[in-house]
Amino acid sequence: MEEFKPESRPSILKTEAINLYYGSFHALKNVTVGIPQRAITAIIGPSGCGKSSLLRVFNRLNDLIPGARLEGNVLLGDDPIYSRTMSVETLRKRVGMVFQRPNPFPMSIYENIIFGPKHHGIKNKGELENILHRSLSQVALWEEVKDRLKKSAFELSPGEQQRLCIARALAMEPDVVLMDESCSALDPESTMKIEELMLELKEKYSIVIVTHNMEQALRISDMAAFIMIDDSKAGTLVEFAPTKNMFSSPKDTRTLDYITGRYG
Amino acid sequence: MKKFNEKLSGRVFFILALSSISMLALITVFIISRGVPLIANVGLKNFFGMTWAPSRGLFGITPMIIGSVSVTLGAAIIGIPIGLCCSIFLAEFAPVRMREIFRPAIQLLAGIPSVVYGFWGLLFVVPFIRNYLGGAGLSILAGSIILGIMILPTIISISEASILAIPKQYLYKEGALALGLTQLQTIRFVLLPAAKSGIVSAVILGIGRAIGETMAVIMVLGNSVALPTSVLDPVRTLTTNIGIEMGYAKDEHQQALFATGIVLFIIIMILNSTAQYLTRRKR
Repeated sequence: MEEFKPESRPSILKTEAINLYYGSFHALKNVTVGIPQRAITAIIGPSGCGKSSLLRVFNRLNDLIPGARLEGNVLLGDDPIYSRTMSVETLRKRVGMVFQRPNPFPMSIYENIIFGPKHHGIKNKGELENILHRSLSQVALWEEVKDRLKKSAFELSPGEQQRLCIARALAMEPDVVLMDESCSALDPESTMKIEELMLELKEKYSIVIVTHNMEQALRISDMAAFIMIDDSKAGTLVEFAPTKNMFSSPKDTRTLDYITGRYG
Repeated sequence: MKKFNEKLSGRVFFILALSSISMLALITVFIISRGVPLIANVGLKNFFGMTWAPSRGLFGITPMIIGSVSVTLGAAIIGIPIGLCCSIFLAEFAPVRMREIFRPAIQLLAGIPSVVYGFWGLLFVVPFIRNYLGGAGLSILAGSIILGIMILPTIISISEASILAIPKQYLYKEGALALGLTQLQTIRFVLLPAAKSGIVSAVILGIGRAIGETMAVIMVLGNSVALPTSVLDPVRTLTTNIGIEMGYAKDEHQQALFATGIVLFIIIMILNSTAQYLTRRKR
C-alpha cells in the first residue's frame, strides 16, 4: 500500500480546538483534527478516553446527553455544524452512523433500508427500490436477502444485521460514515467482511471509525488519531498522523506505550 | 413440628387464594343463573329490542347499549389523545424532576372515588355545558368528559411503561436520530410502533374501565332511556340502568338487570383478555 499523504486530501470534517463538557466534566480538551476525504480515519485510545465522544461530536449525537456542551468550531466542508445555519437533521443526513451493536429497527429488511430516505421525503416507489438495491449491493447483502426483503431484520445473523445497518446509513447517501466499534460485537469472519467492505466504501465515502483493536486500525485505516486522558482527566489528542507512520515511528512516547500494549 | 407448620401455612394460603377465585365463580354463576332464564323466556329479539319497559314485559337493552357505546366512544376520543400525549411527554421529554411530580399526581387521579368525579361533574361540567352549549347539560358529552378524565391514569401509566420498556440496548432512538429524523418522527415512526402492543392494551383497558364505570356517570348522564340524537342528549348506559333500577326491581325486571350484567361481563371479559393477550405476546 502506498503511503497516505494527508496533505493531498482536503478535510471533509474539521474540529478547531474544540472542548466538550458533560456538565462539569471536561470530556475532550482542545482537540483539533481534520478528517480526510475518501479515506478511513481511526480514532484509537484507552477505554474512557473520549473516542466515542469525539465521534459523536461529528453528528451531534452528544446533544442527547443532558448537560453536554461544545466549545469551538466543527466544520463539515465549510459549514459550521454547531450553528443555526445547519439543522441537526441536515447534518445527520450528510454524516451517517453505524453503532457498536447492530440496531436494526423492528421492521422488515426492506423497511429498514428505506426508512431514512422515506422520512426525508422520498415517496416514489421506484426510487426507493433503486435505493434499496444500491444500498444492499454496496454492503454485499443483496444476493443474500433479495428473496426475503419482507422478512423481519431480526432474522438475519448479527454480521448480516450490522451490514444491514451500514446499508441503512448508506441509503441516505451521506458524505461521511461514522462507525463506533462496529465490529466489536461480531465474530472474526463477519469482522473481516465488514473490514473489506470499509476498504471498498472509502472509494466513495469518508469513514471515521472508533476501534479498540490496534491490528484493525493498522489493517484498514489511513489516518489515526490517538486520544488519551491527561492529568486533569480530560481527553486530549496526543497524536494525529498517517496510521503507518504512527505505528512505525510514533512521535510521542505515550503513543508508543499504547500501541505496543503497555497500557490501555 | 416445623415442617408441619410449613405445610399448614402453605395450605392456608392456598385456601385463601382459592377463595378469591371461588368468589369470581360464585358471582359468575349467580349472575348467569339469574339472567339467562329471562333471556330464554322473552327471547333475544325482545332482549336486544329497542324498548325498555319492564312493566309491559319489554326488556330491550339496545338503547342502553347505544348509551354505553356513545359515552365510551366519547371518553375514548377525549381520553386517548390526552393520555397518549401525556405518556409520550413523560417517557421522552420530561426532565426527571418533573416526572417525579407528574407520576404520583396521575396515580392520585386514579385514587379519587368515582362518586367524587360524578359530583364534580354535576356541579361543574353539567352547568358549563348547559350554559355554553345548550341542552340540559346532563348529557353524553358530560359523561364522556368525566370518563375521559377517569381513564387517563390507566392509559398514561400503561403506555408510559411500555415506551420505557423498549430496551435501551436496541438503540432504536439513536438509530433513528442518527438517520436525521426529528425527535417527533423518531417517536412516531420507531418508538410508538415498538411499544404498540402495550399502548393498544392500555387503550383497551381504559375503554374497559369506561364501560364498567357506573357511579360517576349516573350523576351526569341524565339517564333517560331514549335514543340520543346529539352529544348534548341524555342517555342511559348498561351500568347506570342496573344502578338506577336495582332498588325496586322485582321478578322478571330484576332478572333483566342481571341479564344486562351478563352483557357487561362479556364485553369487559373480551376487552381484558384482548389486552392481556397483546401484553403477553412478545416479538
